[in-house]
Amino acid sequence: MARKAITGNGAVALALKQVEPDVMSAYPITPQTEIAQNYAQYVADGDVVTEYIPVESEHSAMSAAIGSAAAGARTITATSSQGFALMWEMLFIAASLRLPITMPVVTRALSGPINIHCDHSDSMGGRDCGWIQIYGEDAQEGYDNAIQAFRIAEHMDVRLPVMTMIDGFIISGAIGPLETLADDQVKEFVGDYQAVNPLLDTENPVTVGPFDGLHGWYFEHKVSQNRAMDNAMGVIETVGAEYGKLTGRPYSHFVAHRLEDAEVALVAIGSAAGNAKTVVDQLRRQGQKVGLLKVRTFRPFPARQIAEALAGVQVVGVMDRSDSFGAEGGPLFTELRSALYDSQPRPQMLNFIYGLGGRDIFPGDIEEAVALLERAAAGEAVAQSRHYLNLRED
Amino acid sequence: MSKTSRKKWDYHDIAQWGPGRHELGATIPVSGTADDYDTGGWRSERPLRDREKCNDCMICFFACPDSSVIVEDGKMATIDLKHCKGCGICAQVCPRDAIELKNEIIARKLEEE
Repeated sequence: MARKAITGNGAVALALKQVEPDVMSAYPITPQTEIAQNYAQYVADGDVVTEYIPVESEHSAMSAAIGSAAAGARTITATSSQGFALMWEMLFIAASLRLPITMPVVTRALSGPINIHCDHSDSMGGRDCGWIQIYGEDAQEGYDNAIQAFRIAEHMDVRLPVMTMIDGFIISGAIGPLETLADDQVKEFVGDYQAVNPLLDTENPVTVGPFDGLHGWYFEHKVSQNRAMDNAMGVIETVGAEYGKLTGRPYSHFVAHRLEDAEVALVAIGSAAGNAKTVVDQLRRQGQKVGLLKVRTFRPFPARQIAEALAGVQVVGVMDRSDSFGAEGGPLFTELRSALYDSQPRPQMLNFIYGLGGRDIFPGDIEEAVALLERAAAGEAVAQSRHYLNLRED
Repeated sequence: MSKTSRKKWDYHDIAQWGPGRHELGATIPVSGTADDYDTGGWRSERPLRDREKCNDCMICFFACPDSSVIVEDGKMATIDLKHCKGCGICAQVCPRDAIELKNEIIARKLEEE
């Protein structure tokens, strides 16, 4: 195992290189560009034999990836923000055709106003497109998740595309420490690709993407997609545990940090979970009973396990890096509140929206959130609404 | 199914299939074909050929977008009404005006008589 200093994008591109899939189709977009660029360099330098398709848009990137995966090739792409949005209709096609494409997403705000910085509007907006969603906190998790994504997507009980998120700029552009595996270790972990009903098997011709008929089986196919999501719950854990044996870094659906006797807890996803952990540790040193739950798997959502982990917490504060206009709260909040509805006793829940368009989140902002949770836990009536962190109020 | 398929796809009881029985991703495990579909059901006008005028030049055969002009032994034998959508291209391209489009209902009545 080697250790190096590398950007988040560099770490993800390296993971993809070590897997060396058959095909990559990609279009550059800030802040993902470095992934596509580094991979194109690997191809140009002869480091990998991957067929690289430089497409003219992200709609084409995903379309080409779908064609390639349907043909029977292990296929990847990568995107951010507007590119993710441009892929939109094809994301559903990839999932419904049950093609195990993997895609790192470097999360960035969606326009407008035009903004290139980090938030989760892109990936969270795509939470119902049928892809498995795994969020990483730092470059190491971006690397580790990108490798595990192949095993999860390609598992015969799953066969769904997987997107792995890292936060734009904060992680993608910052240089951090990375422990790497050797190329052969990665290739052995990921294993050989097995295609299902590939179009290039000319001895056994198949029809991919047919019209389902006016009174067809669309409903049944949607249900089987959701059952594959159910299966992915266990597969993600198995793959994460196996990866842990190889690297010493086991993965599951979430990380529970100091929740055992916590009276209040934060729930966070992405890079801010690291900041929240630091704050929680500081507050713990001052004797405050606060914990943190860092979400890794968002689709499928591990609702039952999260409810168990948060059992006994009186007030839960959910941190969302994207908003859901007109909804009761951000996407993570509504998911969490649904997950905890059946908990006895049912905790009070507050939503904190932060970091939109790359707005900084400081330890003081997180302390402010915890203070509000503690006031609610002490019996003060705190209104159930979106609480914004580090917003310029007038 | 299709003549080019090597596999047989047994779907006779597909009406009873639940989510677990279908191929992954709604793939049909044989090659694409419209052979089994009664696309002729859309037709509102039917091409009728005048055997006396027709000299089997085959221009309609090449022009038909649905391969519905059936040729046997070098002769234009008939029109495959299961797949003909009644677009009328055959009548347009025929150099001898040997094909006429007739209202489908009327054509069916003529056929019955």
